Amino acid sequence: MPEEERKDMPTSVLKNDITKPNVRTTTFTIDGRERPANLAGETCTCAVIHSENFSLHYGSKAGVQNITMDIYPCSVTAIIGPSGCGKSTFLRSINRMNDLIPHVHTEGKLLVDGHDIYDKHTNLVNLRQQVGMVFQKPNPFPKSIFDNVAYGPSLQGVRNKGELQNVVEQSLRAAALWEEVKDDLKKSALALSGGQQQRLCIARALATKPRVLLMDEPCSALDPIATGRIEDLMHQLQSTYTIVIVTHNMQQAARVSERAAFFCLGELIEYDWTSKIFSNPAKKETEDYVTGRFG
Amino acid sequence: MMNDGNVTLTLTPAADSPRPLVLTPGQDLRGYLAALLGRAFLFFLTFSSVLAVMLILVFVVIRSLGFLSSSSLMEFLASQSWRPTADPPVFGALAIIVGSLYVSLAALVFAVPLGILAAVFLSDMVSWKVRNVVKPIVEILAAIPSVAYGFFAVLVLAPWLQREFGFSTGTNALNASLILAVMALPTIISVAEDSISALGRELREASYSCGATRMETLLRVVIPAAHSGIIAAVVLGMMRAIGETMVVWMASGNAPQIPHPWWDLAQSVRTLTATIAGEMGEAPETSLHRGALFAMGVLLLLMTLGMNIVSEYFLARAKKAGGKA
Repeated sequence: MPEEERKDMPTSVLKNDITKPNVRTTTFTIDGRERPANLAGETCTCAVIHSENFSLHYGSKAGVQNITMDIYPCSVTAIIGPSGCGKSTFLRSINRMNDLIPHVHTEGKLLVDGHDIYDKHTNLVNLRQQVGMVFQKPNPFPKSIFDNVAYGPSLQGVRNKGELQNVVEQSLRAAALWEEVKDDLKKSALALSGGQQQRLCIARALATKPRVLLMDEPCSALDPIATGRIEDLMHQLQSTYTIVIVTHNMQQAARVSERAAFFCLGELIEYDWTSKIFSNPAKKETEDYVTGRFG
Repeated sequence: MMNDGNVTLTLTPAADSPRPLVLTPGQDLRGYLAALLGRAFLFFLTFSSVLAVMLILVFVVIRSLGFLSSSSLMEFLASQSWRPTADPPVFGALAIIVGSLYVSLAALVFAVPLGILAAVFLSDMVSWKVRNVVKPIVEILAAIPSVAYGFFAVLVLAPWLQREFGFSTGTNALNASLILAVMALPTIISVAEDSISALGRELREASYSCGATRMETLLRVVIPAAHSGIIAAVVLGMMRAIGETMVVWMASGNAPQIPHPWWDLAQSVRTLTATIAGEMGEAPETSLHRGALFAMGVLLLLMTLGMNIVSEYFLARAKKAGGKA
């Protein structure tokens, strides 16, 4: 993103250090585990998401209200908050998944790479190719493992068998599933375990070559071992993707994310470095929530 | 939302003497007998309908045995000549068997694409509210008496076909299969729509999130995932068509012949059901003719039984797939 555009973006909720991810060179530790800082000066092609007074209503019921935040490329941003606070609603707004729900209307702006995605001329197919999504419940298609991963590329017009095989292999490798399934790609995806299915869904999302990866509580249906594998995966993916994860699990948010946003009752309460949110939050509500005194 | 810790409990355990936890021998026996009686009663109710099916099957088979043992089964299945009142009588049912399959399959050719498209439309294109109004109306189509459809076929459709297309007769295979298609539609739409909407939003969201359009989602994910339910819907529609009597009797023209050329729907045909219904009254009680009609009944039973098994198999698969997805 060009420097002059970045200057124009509002930073109302953001502390100034959060806007410059690439100058941070220190590492910090949470739960005894060292988190690497972003590599300085690394060029990154992933998208920037910019939300400005964005609100979404289901009929007369408010989903999220006046969300103003920037989500930075090449990093993991966690959205935390109590149930029904609009975390998922906001996440699903970023690839317009909420369009499937009747009577939804939006206000304000939500920009992906500077383009207002709620503009009526938005190409939804291209948007969703660039903003991939992993859902709470693993939802593979009742097709073979190969066909699941090849679905996105084939929609984009890839017909060449060798090319498809290549994409499928790369995606499954990226999702750390290749070694487990390489011998039976023809097997039904429904025969896989829950954790494998979720990694398959990640591979399927990666196969469309997105620049943003939205994850809606991707580990809530998984055991700790499968969760650990997916968290490792996110560490590996964060240098090349903009990852936004919604999670109920605060340890998870602390482990995987660089920045964290705390949502409550449809509003953004606080958005800062994850280390700061968990160690020294600015708002009382945030502190109550992250220390478990909330609700 | 913070717990203030000042909640007073108003519910307490019952203070009076607790009821005994051990049954007396009398209570034990009474409970056992009551359970046995209830179980026997429900078993009898359930079994009586199974028994009815069994008795029908046995009755029809027994009544056809006389014909099947004294007459050539080969002639019955391979000859096209049906002359039960000639001397000697000829009982060649091939043309009639083919006629039955012919109008049923032709009806499916009309009804299946239409039914699946309507099911997809109801499940994915219109709002839940509209679907909940339209679907019961479609299902009412199944409640219209078949003789009313027959009237429509003879008095409206037949003259219209004759006038518009210049057919020599309006009561022909086309007329019968069009009406059968309309009669099979509610079954096909209802069962297919159930299985398509049972797939849930997750699967569709997965497809949209990969950058699929609605058409791609429907053609490449939704319909393939619901194929078991759709096949079951088609087989159920076929059963409805092949067992239907009144409409084909009134609309098909009742000529026991195989259309020539085979695709010529404008010719009259006759079906198994219409033959049984039409000739049962004229066939003397113990005659070969009566036996031949019962043999046709056995054939029909076998066909619908086979289709029923097929549809049960696919419905069970659809249920399993729906639960997993």
